[in-house]
Amino acid sequence: MGEENNLKKVIVIKNLTKKFNDFTAVDKISFDVGEGEVFAFLGPNGAGKTTTIRILTTLLRPTNGDVRINGFDPLYQQDEVRESFGIVFQDSSLDEELTAKENMDFHGVLYKIPNDIREKRVQDLLETVDLWDRKDAFVKTFSGGMRRRLEIARALLHHPKIFFMDEPTLGLDAQTRNKIWERILELNHKYKTTIFFTTHYLEEAEKMAGRIAIIDKGRIVALGSVDELKNQTNTSTLEEAYLSLTGKDIRDENLSSLERMRMHLRNRRKR
Amino acid sequence: MWNVLYVMWVRQIKRYWRSKARIIGSIGQPLLFLLAMGFGLGPVFERAGKGNYITFLAPGVMGQAILFMAIFNGVELIWDRQFGFLKETLVAPVPRFQIVLGRVLGGATIATLQGLIVFVLTLFVGFKPQNLLLLPLAVVLMFLIALFYTSLGTAIASLMEDFHGFQLIMNFLVMPTFFLSGALFPLESAPSVLKSISRVNPLTYGVDGLREIFSGVIQIDLANNTLLLTICSLLLLMICSYLFSKIEA
Ligand SMILES: Nc1ncnc2c1ncn2[C@@H]1O[C@H](COP(=O)(O)OP(=O)(O)OP(=O)(O)O)[C@@H](O)[C@H]1O
Ligand SMILES: [Mg+2]
Repeated sequence: MGEENNLKKVIVIKNLTKKFNDFTAVDKISFDVGEGEVFAFLGPNGAGKTTTIRILTTLLRPTNGDVRINGFDPLYQQDEVRESFGIVFQDSSLDEELTAKENMDFHGVLYKIPNDIREKRVQDLLETVDLWDRKDAFVKTFSGGMRRRLEIARALLHHPKIFFMDEPTLGLDAQTRNKIWERILELNHKYKTTIFFTTHYLEEAEKMAGRIAIIDKGRIVALGSVDELKNQTNTSTLEEAYLSLTGKDIRDENLSSLERMRMHLRNRRKR
Repeated sequence: MWNVLYVMWVRQIKRYWRSKARIIGSIGQPLLFLLAMGFGLGPVFERAGKGNYITFLAPGVMGQAILFMAIFNGVELIWDRQFGFLKETLVAPVPRFQIVLGRVLGGATIATLQGLIVFVLTLFVGFKPQNLLLLPLAVVLMFLIALFYTSLGTAIASLMEDFHGFQLIMNFLVMPTFFLSGALFPLESAPSVLKSISRVNPLTYGVDGLREIFSGVIQIDLANNTLLLTICSLLLLMICSYLFSKIEA
């Protein structure tokens, strides 16, 4: 674990706690993420991943503890923090009554990207996620996967320093996933963008992440590289390590995530 | 700052313009009031010696249309929360006050347009404004009413997590506001409790102001009413902006 000590720390979390009434969703977690790291945040449903991300991204006030994003405090320096990151939320956050391009342009204006640069980047990103030919279609006509791709493209539009993704590739086919990751890793290399993501695909975490934190019932139960996790638990695959740390089989989780997504889409159509 | 206000504003306008069902639906209600009340109650009103009912009713129905549209546009915030788009604006590196101001201005613009559409409708059922040169003044007043109620709707929506409270707002806020504003019938002979309520009801001043403008005889109290409405709107906008800045998601 020595390597990351040399890096500038862009995410610092100290004794972070979040309670909803008497329920503790996040329980005194502490860890740092260095600039340019690709960091995976794993854990069963309800472990506290999304809650943590909401606090890191200024959407939720912590009950206790200290957080720094790019050196800024999400409680008191919100604009500086917000300028530092891009995010793909777990649930959709698009305007369905607008077209794909309008959603992108809207984002570009909020993030003060000059028009000429914006035009170029929007085209480039929409091409990457294979949506350029659908740019003028309303988002409400998009499939779940198309929405996801659009959200990822949008979050990358302002070249954020830190990129949060809460289950970004859920429900995407393997080919699209690879293509999107290629693009993300390219940003990671070129601009030292820090990637912080959650996923229920262990092979995705294993392949992409330099370090992994495993959270269960609001607590960090392990943190390290894939090899370190395997060593710690005396197991030979990440899947076994995960099972031994959380007592839960990730494959059951995958099923339930898919179910959740289906339900989500079904609810959406009902409108 | 202007860019942010502009995109928030344009977004509201586009959403309105693209939803034809909403446009048609929102014209239906005022039309119903105009026709049903106008032709139903008109003769009674006139026999009671209160003058031409359409002259009385038309500004009231404009006020009604603005009220409903403005509250609805404000409350639309709950939809954005439910469908996730709110988060996109909440994490943007832009002061929340700009986001909410753009939103409210967009909603108020639509509600004002709605008032104007109803104004045109009233002409078809026999409404005769005395001095059309005063129309810009009417638009200003319509916008103030719209601003007040869009802010109010947005402020309330900032406190609500889901749709469940919507019916509550309609029944306990919008309907009483409407009926106790003197929009449909004069409140002069109403019990004093109702009269006092109508006196603290901003819509009363808005509708009164519109009546005055369309009657062509401007009195000093119009300036007072307008000033009062302006102050109330700005105050509410500030409250609304504060509540919006406290939203967690
Ligand atoms: N607003 C809230 N009020 C009450 N409880 C909440 C709230 N938000 C989250 N929780 C609870 O906090 C716990 C952690 O939720 P969180 O969304 O962080 O889990 P997660 O790790 O992201 O799970 P998943 O993999 O299912 O996305 C859950 O038990 C959840 O019910
Ligand atoms: Mg989650």
